[in-house]
Amino acid sequence: MVRGLAGDSAAYHAFLKDLSAHLRAFLRRRLARLPDDVEDLVQETLLAVHNQRHTYAADQPLTAWVHAIARYKLVDLWRRRAGREAMNDPLEDELAVFASSDTEAADARRDLAKLLQRLPERQRLPIQYMKLEGLSVIEAARATGMSESAVKVGVHRGLKALAAMIRAGT
Amino acid sequence: MRTDELVTMLAAGAGPVEPGATVRRYAAALGWGAVGATLLMAILLGVRPDIVDAARLPMFWVKLAFPACLALGALYAAARLSRPGVQLGQVPAALAAPVLAMWLLAALVLATAAAGEREELIFGGTWNVCPLFVALLSLPLFAAAMWAMKGLAPTRLALAGAAAGLLAGSVAALIYALHCQEMGAPFLAIWYLLGMLIPTAVGAVIGPRLLRW
Repeated sequence: MVRGLAGDSAAYHAFLKDLSAHLRAFLRRRLARLPDDVEDLVQETLLAVHNQRHTYAADQPLTAWVHAIARYKLVDLWRRRAGREAMNDPLEDELAVFASSDTEAADARRDLAKLLQRLPERQRLPIQYMKLEGLSVIEAARATGMSESAVKVGVHRGLKALAAMIRAGT
Repeated sequence: MRTDELVTMLAAGAGPVEPGATVRRYAAALGWGAVGATLLMAILLGVRPDIVDAARLPMFWVKLAFPACLALGALYAAARLSRPGVQLGQVPAALAAPVLAMWLLAALVLATAAAGEREELIFGGTWNVCPLFVALLSLPLFAAAMWAMKGLAPTRLALAGAAAGLLAGSVAALIYALHCQEMGAPFLAIWYLLGMLIPTAVGAVIGPRLLRW
């Protein structure tokens, strides 16, 4: 995306293609009752991403930006449909509540990777080994070449720093 | 059209994007809006004749600082609200701080004033026109701020409209302060704030309709 903004059209093409697959999955789950509208909305969202790409700042998590746009377009669709078919509205609202968690795990991983990059190595590696890959303290210490207490301290401080970054809302 | 074709078409037509779109957009809007509002003030109302003497009084600067602080807060809010996926962050605090400070000052002034002076401090001589003039001066700024917001991508439209309205109102109040001769802190804390809230409320109401994309 960042290279796309700089004018690298091959990178931008790959980004949009990748994004359309993500969007299709994201929207299909939320539009389970309206399968015919999914592809239209994917295209509409892609177009919005393209038209609004000047509002993306490189220091911001990409998923948060894309999601806000996709969600905005989705709500827009519901609002338009609600006008036409007021009967369907309550069901669709409920759907939105239930659907809000299913792609979150994958997105969280991507955002987390972005935030992790900002941590110093002695905090990032222990978190990566212990919290993301599930190694024990001893295994993580061996993998990083750090002492066990340094690994523990790194995890503790790193998680604290991550929490602060998330609270700050980047 | 198939989605893959759309992707190819979009990617083919995409040139590089200059960074800093938000900043440039708001700078242009505020520049033109402020010029419009200043002209409006100079033609309709005129700068206060004693401005040189008044500039020696601390209250004159408080009167400029209050809307200026709110304008900075509103600008911060508008900039955050006009980009998707950005949280509000410190915005509520940034907006509340100048208002609370002004109210505190007003309360202090009222508490220490003699009973007979309080009415004069609150109502001054122009309480009934001040909010309206501020709202009037905010018109060019309001249009400019909405234009800036419209070119970006707000996802919470009522809030975004309100932020643009407050930005217009606070800069308008700053410009109106060059005309207005009231110097009472309670006057500013009530009537200036009210004047700024008029475009804010209008922005919140028409935002959802005007700012859709």
